[in-house]
Amino acid sequence: MKRVQFSSYFTQYFFIAPQLAIILIFLYLPIVQTFRDAFTIQDAFGFGRYFSGLDNFTFVLSDPNYITALKFTLIFIVVITFFSCSIGLLLAVQANNVIHGKSAYKTLLIWPYAIAPAVVGVTANYFFSERLGILYNFFNGLWGFDWYDNVYDAYIYVFIAASWKQISANFIFFLAGLQNIQKSIIEASIIDCKSSFRRFWTITFPLLMPTTFFLIIINITYSFFDTLGIIDTTTIGAPSGETKTLVYKAYIDGFKGLDLGSAGAQSIIMMLIVLVITVFQFRFIEGKIHYN
Amino acid sequence: MSRIFRITVSHSILICGVLLMIVPLWLVFASSTHSNSFIYNEGMQWKIGGEFFDNYDRVLNRKGGFTKEITASGIFYNSFIMAFGIASLSVFVSMMAAYSLVYFKTRFSTLFFWLIFVTLLVPLELRILPSYQIVSDLNLLNSYAGLILPLSASAIATFFFRQYYRSIPEELLEAAKLDGANSWKFFIDFLVPLSKTMIAAMFIFMFVYGYNQYLWPLIMTTSEKYWTVVMGLKMIYGGNSVDRYTYVILSLIPPVIIIVFLQRLFIQGLFQSK
Repeated sequence: MKRVQFSSYFTQYFFIAPQLAIILIFLYLPIVQTFRDAFTIQDAFGFGRYFSGLDNFTFVLSDPNYITALKFTLIFIVVITFFSCSIGLLLAVQANNVIHGKSAYKTLLIWPYAIAPAVVGVTANYFFSERLGILYNFFNGLWGFDWYDNVYDAYIYVFIAASWKQISANFIFFLAGLQNIQKSIIEASIIDCKSSFRRFWTITFPLLMPTTFFLIIINITYSFFDTLGIIDTTTIGAPSGETKTLVYKAYIDGFKGLDLGSAGAQSIIMMLIVLVITVFQFRFIEGKIHYN
Repeated sequence: MSRIFRITVSHSILICGVLLMIVPLWLVFASSTHSNSFIYNEGMQWKIGGEFFDNYDRVLNRKGGFTKEITASGIFYNSFIMAFGIASLSVFVSMMAAYSLVYFKTRFSTLFFWLIFVTLLVPLELRILPSYQIVSDLNLLNSYAGLILPLSASAIATFFFRQYYRSIPEELLEAAKLDGANSWKFFIDFLVPLSKTMIAAMFIFMFVYGYNQYLWPLIMTTSEKYWTVVMGLKMIYGGNSVDRYTYVILSLIPPVIIIVFLQRLFIQGLFQSK
């Protein structure tokens, strides 16, 4: 907050009014409706609505399919965050090292940021289609890969598609983080420590922690929400629902299955999960980071 | 380890990274220049074929869909309107909101702050059904307003503008006040010109975000007249046809051009607030 400020109610409200109007109508109203759907049951003809307490929640949580989706989503988040972060970091460190061709590398590594998840999904689909897909045939030659039937093969398929898309975003932020580190610190560390590998893990990496922390949140939100377009254009949940993320399952149950109560309850459970992850991150991880 | 060896390793890793990013799309592009039956039987191709103009002309101009009245060009137009609408509206609205949050301290400031930032936890994917109902109650299904409005209150853009305004030295406001600028004049004559880079960066960010929307246009446009590029992937083309390869390449050209040519502005804006 600024020390010197204006104190006109009218102007303050005037400037914030458009943003508030949009979020009240298109965010808070839907959220209120989600809560209403989650705690009520509508009869089959749509005439009546009855308060049902936590019935929708117990129904969702006792559904084995939901637990499958929950497990898959957690694995999905960890795998995508790990791979896209580490490849992005590796490339950013190298790009920060080289002198010649730096901006060419930057451009060539940044552009996939602009591609929509659904477009990535369709592209991945070509690589993993049964008869002619290059990666399908490659993996199939190794161990009889078949994502239509085998859960783990289907995992590999969506993991590759979803991680690939996110490498660029991680690269952009890690490179900016590396360029923000003061040159004098790096120069001093070169005198003290000969091994560039050790220097990276003891000096550079800890200084990058704020960027890493920010990127972990970005990657979790990405794997949670933005991958819907990827799932919907690749496995569509194949073999039989094992590769549905929570968001995708809520969309299918609500929009295709028209089960409003279940979809509402699922949305609220997801809000809680996102809330818990965010609070956890801020409480336990951010406290351990050194900002310089 | 000698220095030359290290540099060689760096370049090799970077080249692998670049190939990892480019090869998949190269294959799609090369495949989009062959004939349909060839692709159907042989799958993806490494080499360019001879059907480039025929394929791209056909996909852009052929009338398709259920009504046989829509063309890819029309779909691109819709996507541009949607992306442009979301980008301009959200930049405009976020700048104003951030100004109100940073430069005014009154009773409800904290409440407003939380009202806006809690929305980060509830992206459209979580409230898709009720949003559909509300847009339908407002009679906005199958309209540009319906495509644009629910996505144009961006907490992220507001956050970036807020961070940026906070980094502006307080002396600026003091000086402006001494010169007799009121709150309107200060915003229009000082803040807006100062935040040019940030405005450009957020515009690019929101444009790509809007253009790349998949689920929202998929569920709220029942009329083909309002179909957008990315959702068209699911609705128009299926399977291994060459038209789909062509369409994929066409669909990623606009956002990729924007990011490649405006990357300096985009990155400067994203990181100047730190």
